[in-house]
Amino acid sequence: MKLSEGLSVAGHDLAMLTTAGLNMGQLKSGCLKIGWLKIGGLIFLALLLSVPVQAQEPLVFENQQMQDRFDALTFELRCAVCQNQSLADSDAPLAHDLRREIHDMMMAGQSNEQIKQFMVDRYGDFVLYRPPVQANTWLLWLGPLLMLLIGGLVLRANIKKRSALLNDTNNLENTGAPENTRKPE
Amino acid sequence: MNSRTLPLIAFALLIALLMVGLKIADRKELIPSPLINKPVPAFDLPVLGNPQQRLSNESMLGKPYLVNFWASWCVTCAVEHPVVTALANANKLTVLGMNFRDERDDAMAWLNKHGDPYDIILRDADGRISIDFGVYAAPESFLVDPEGIIVFKQTGALTPEIVQNEILPRVAAMQGGQK
Repeated sequence: MKLSEGLSVAGHDLAMLTTAGLNMGQLKSGCLKIGWLKIGGLIFLALLLSVPVQAQEPLVFENQQMQDRFDALTFELRCAVCQNQSLADSDAPLAHDLRREIHDMMMAGQSNEQIKQFMVDRYGDFVLYRPPVQANTWLLWLGPLLMLLIGGLVLRANIKKRSALLNDTNNLENTGAPENTRKPE
Repeated sequence: MNSRTLPLIAFALLIALLMVGLKIADRKELIPSPLINKPVPAFDLPVLGNPQQRLSNESMLGKPYLVNFWASWCVTCAVEHPVVTALANANKLTVLGMNFRDERDDAMAWLNKHGDPYDIILRDADGRISIDFGVYAAPESFLVDPEGIIVFKQTGALTPEIVQNEILPRVAAMQGGQK
């Protein structure tokens, strides 16, 4: 009941907002204030409406520490269904179940390593956003370092070339060469 | 010349890399199942059509079988169903249906519509066993040898080619390949 009331209020506000929008030409500062209030009200209503969705999955922890550990852990694990989301972000049914599974394992006193191993045993290294360093991941881990090295080498070559050029010009000046023999910059 | 061609070559290489990435992005078989060559996860589940009856992985020892995860909500399961039907009717191995994350009535209605070729169907209502199998998409199929070891996994629909090239040769090579 409250929900539908809220919706109708929101609809009413939306209509008012649209009218306000149409009257933009004759806006006074007072009107503008009301407009922002209405927008704030709409956002507030939207937040009210979003609460029941979050309440779908009440995973209760004993303390904030456990909650933080859970958040960090699910953020580090990939959801196998929607592969570019973490378990923490995903809304897939499997992600729901896996979050509950992880919650239960934490409650049973299992360590992060044990929980990660549980996931890897079933879905492979793929689910780890931080995969272990091994033969098929060395490029992934060392790639950035390699790029940095290449960049450094290119930079060094450039600096050498430029300082050589600079030296040339200095030498020309020191030997007292006539002005007109100097290369134009 | 060098300062112009080098970035161009680098750019071309990057494009090539991205093209390869696009091509293989949808190939789920590139994520190998860690369960290959491992014992089949333990299960002890009620039979879909007869909840009083249960079946465990231990009672399946001694013969090769295919575990086929399916559900009434799964569109691709209906697509692969003729292939599963043909495989089950060939009587080369036991085909065990694993109905997961599904309602019993929906599952029964689906079977009435598409036919029930399975030797037996178990019901994994909450999907807990599907998690142990590492199922993340449906359908998924696991070939289990007589010792209870998973020897092959297919993520996505079975095709006649996969049955012919991957499943049947492995079954033929197994000890006691007769059903």
